[in-house]
Amino acid sequence: MNDFPTVASIAADVAAGRVSARAILEEHLTRIDSRESEVHAFNLVMRDRALQAANEIDDRVKRGDNPGRLAGVPIALKDNMCTRGIDTTCSSRILEGWKPPYDATAVKKLAAEGAVFIGKTNLDEFAMGSSTENSAFGPTRNPLDTSRVPGGSSGGSAAAVAAGFAAGSLGSDTGGSIRQPAALCGLVGVKPTYGLVSRYGLVAFASSLDQIGPFTHTVEDAAILTEVIAGHDPMDSTSIPQPAPALVGVLGAGVKGLRIGRVADLPKGADPDVLARLDVAFDELAKAGATIVDVTLPSLSFALTAYYLIAPAEASSNLARYDGVRYGKRVAAGDINTMYADTREAGFGDEVKRRIMLGTYALSAGYYDAYYGKALKVRRLIADDFARAYAAADVILTPTSPSVAFRFGSKTDDPLAMYLCDIFTIPTNLAGHPAMSVPFGTGQDGMPVGVQVLAPTLGESTMFRVAAELERAA
Amino acid sequence: MSQRLTAADVAKVARLARLNVSPEEVERYTRQLDGMLDHFADIDNLDLANVEPMTQPYPLVNVLRADVEQPCLDRDEVLAVAPAAEDGRFRVPPSGGLHE
Amino acid sequence: MSGTGKIENGLPDGWELIVGLEVHVELATKTKLFSASPNRFGDEPNTNIDPVTLGLPGALPVLNEHAVELAMRIGLALNCSVQPCTFHRKNYFYPDLPKAYQISQYDQPLNVDGYLMLPGNVRVEVERAHLEEDTGKSTHFGGAGGRIHGSEYSLIDFNRAGVPLVEIVSRPDIRTAEQAKQYVSELRSILVAIGASDAKMEEGSMRCDANVSVRRFGEPLGTRCEIKNVNSVRSLGRAIEYEARRQVDILDTGGSIRQETRHWDDAEGRTHTLRTKEDADDYRYFLEPDLVPLAPDAAWVERVRTALPPLPAARRAALASLTGADVEGEAVSVVVERGQDTYVKAVVDAGGDAARALVWVQQSFADEGDSPRLPASDLAALTQMERANKITATQAKTVLGDMLAAGGGDPARIAASKGFEALDTTSIAVFVDEAIAAQPDAWAKYCAGEEKAAGALVGAVMKASKGKADGKVVTALLQERRGS
Ligand SMILES: [Mg+2]
Ligand SMILES: [Zn+2]
Repeated sequence: MNDFPTVASIAADVAAGRVSARAILEEHLTRIDSRESEVHAFNLVMRDRALQAANEIDDRVKRGDNPGRLAGVPIALKDNMCTRGIDTTCSSRILEGWKPPYDATAVKKLAAEGAVFIGKTNLDEFAMGSSTENSAFGPTRNPLDTSRVPGGSSGGSAAAVAAGFAAGSLGSDTGGSIRQPAALCGLVGVKPTYGLVSRYGLVAFASSLDQIGPFTHTVEDAAILTEVIAGHDPMDSTSIPQPAPALVGVLGAGVKGLRIGRVADLPKGADPDVLARLDVAFDELAKAGATIVDVTLPSLSFALTAYYLIAPAEASSNLARYDGVRYGKRVAAGDINTMYADTREAGFGDEVKRRIMLGTYALSAGYYDAYYGKALKVRRLIADDFARAYAAADVILTPTSPSVAFRFGSKTDDPLAMYLCDIFTIPTNLAGHPAMSVPFGTGQDGMPVGVQVLAPTLGESTMFRVAAELERAA
Repeated sequence: MSQRLTAADVAKVARLARLNVSPEEVERYTRQLDGMLDHFADIDNLDLANVEPMTQPYPLVNVLRADVEQPCLDRDEVLAVAPAAEDGRFRVPPSGGLHE
Repeated sequence: MSGTGKIENGLPDGWELIVGLEVHVELATKTKLFSASPNRFGDEPNTNIDPVTLGLPGALPVLNEHAVELAMRIGLALNCSVQPCTFHRKNYFYPDLPKAYQISQYDQPLNVDGYLMLPGNVRVEVERAHLEEDTGKSTHFGGAGGRIHGSEYSLIDFNRAGVPLVEIVSRPDIRTAEQAKQYVSELRSILVAIGASDAKMEEGSMRCDANVSVRRFGEPLGTRCEIKNVNSVRSLGRAIEYEARRQVDILDTGGSIRQETRHWDDAEGRTHTLRTKEDADDYRYFLEPDLVPLAPDAAWVERVRTALPPLPAARRAALASLTGADVEGEAVSVVVERGQDTYVKAVVDAGGDAARALVWVQQSFADEGDSPRLPASDLAALTQMERANKITATQAKTVLGDMLAAGGGDPARIAASKGFEALDTTSIAVFVDEAIAAQPDAWAKYCAGEEKAAGALVGAVMKASKGKADGKVVTALLQERRGS
């Protein structure tokens, strides 16, 4: 841990008038000024707008109005969330210069609680990647060791918090894009239950898997941000109408009596020092009164295949709208099909094109049943596996990432090697369950290791209780 | 290479997806996608005959909205960021009559 | 009748015409199918737009409940089963398709297995009637007269994008161009009657594609061509006749039909190739992950069914039985089409003569709409005067003209003010006898059974009586004198 102020402490201090939102903001801007050129967490630093927002918070406090749960908290937003009038690029040339005419629901909810948006963060183009090396605007570096990746795709959001540029941030998680960078940057990262946080205004990668969640230094901060952004949104048909689980209130409840699942047939591939930390985590939870139970998830080894057919298939359709007709980039041409192909050639990076190709193929006539159709059935097997496991366990613990943060370029030549980074995070997205990564010590080289807590649908309360216990033990 | 897909497949898919691909890219995508499909063959032998496809994680049904008008976007704001506009409309090169 | 004695279809002997119709109708909702911008025709371009309509990044669809309700009305009016259903994405690139996919229904549509009855007890099966969203509108400029082919550029208006459509797909049960026209006309009447759509082909709120094929009687189905751009019921008939003839000509000379989409050019009166099956897109249908299934429960379906107004067929039957007119006749269908059948009923309820009321409404109420300004009791009074032979048909027409112009009036007073009164039978008889005496040849022919010869005699009576003799009375007197 470091000495950066937490979401909870800032909000409490600002609301009580002990410190001004403006002072908090300036403190964060100073850190941005000193390290952003090295880290490159942001596609855009919203200096002027942030100052204006901070001043408004201070005015509210002075007037005695309720400044909100996030009064004056500097928050960074992954640059795939729509912000009205503010560039939203998805780190892609194809959206360069586009300013959405509307705000994402999660963004609105944060603003309504007094958050101060400090910038839009870098990501793997359209959230496709696990290292933030696929950004059209250059990679983000891990603030803990700038020779290493921050993870991805929400690498900018993770780096922004890890470097103290923002007290918290939002990322999006389609196959691990919050949890893996959280693990690699030593942060708490949450992927809520699918449908708990509205996707309205989140630029879609894979619609049935995408979910917005927070990055923070502490479990309590993650609970606060998750509570703020969760809840039913009539603008998202897949938004869950049931009340959102309570989180902040359960953090002190401990884990006594909880059954913690250990996956007996965990897919191979995790580094020994990562597995060693996982063992310690089980021991600590047992010491705190939890019972460790063995569960099996036999279909887990097929999750990568299912994911890399389903996500690209949905993406191939979601990204078809970038055609140069209504917004974003256009390469002029004499006929419409040439314009489409030239625009998309110039606008999309290599990994995005590769996934569009893969997804288009998986859906195309003659191959649907063999690929996409089959992947949907495997998805069911995985969900069924989890359902059986959760009959025996309240939560499940796994590594978040097979390794600690790796060095730049080490996986860029082999797409499959990169895809394996997500082997432990992908199954949750397929099942639609919540999961979070909690920092739990370091590997041999001193880089942070994350432990992943998985829970069944809307099991966030229990998940956060366990996370809080791990945080105390770490 | 396992030849799960051919360069011709890749070229066809690129056409469907409206992506320009150079001959070198066709070669590279063919190799990379073939490698992936080879890896994805791990599900080929699963018995999935009686498994229901899972398309959505959270089962909801009949999510409906009342037929009530909301304010529209401002045309000028929208057209200002359009690649080409004319006479209140989006301008595009000739569409060649593929569809109506 | 054709050579096989089956049906007159305008084709050479031995050829059978097979037509299936796909009709798209825009639903009469206030807002789009998946978003809250207005569904309104004729507004300034690109003013009815929102993030969903434009396919902006991050926008998500939410289904319009009223669109579902109207689609269910259509299904129930077409005798379909309403079933649980899903939405798919149909992926293809076209500049007026904002997301590069259309949200439509694929293997699980809302309405299935219905039918529509045409005159002559012809039953056309309706395979499905599903919900989908409309595209924007492209206008092509430059090049040869603004045609699609050879234009220099296109301008796109997205006001129509996302407007709710129901696509009604018939089975290939239609055998003549006339039946196709009847199908579309009947469908239109139903859609208007149930308030689902204004169904105006001229404005594009009802659009019709025809799948046309031909075969020699008894042979398997031939290759079909889909005809698009048919903008009126009349063009539909012409397009089908042209296309069927084109196919027969090709097959007759040993050629074969290529499956393709063809464009109807109304000015040239011909179809031409729009695209062939080979360059058809691979639509890569898959379940729309941004939407959840729709499963109207039995109570909802029953609520919609119960609230359906009487359909045109039932209204025609009721009007025919009320007035004694032919149920498939022009008068009944025109009056129901105009929605004036309830008015005729009101005239009868006010003591009017049903048959005369139907005639007057058909002939004189074309501009009146479904709730005529003339009080039903006034028209009832007029038909009573006719029935009592107090006024002739010719006089009644004049009186009715005055009543309609004034929005009402006492027919007896108007007739009196014009000096109209029907002559009594005794007076008419004098004129009749004079006419017989003046035209012995006509009288002889009439007595020999040549009914047409009566015309000259009646005409003479009318002339002599200055139109005050009732034609029906004159005819009766002539028959009486002839002894028939
Ligand atoms: Mg169709
Ligand atoms: Zn259609």
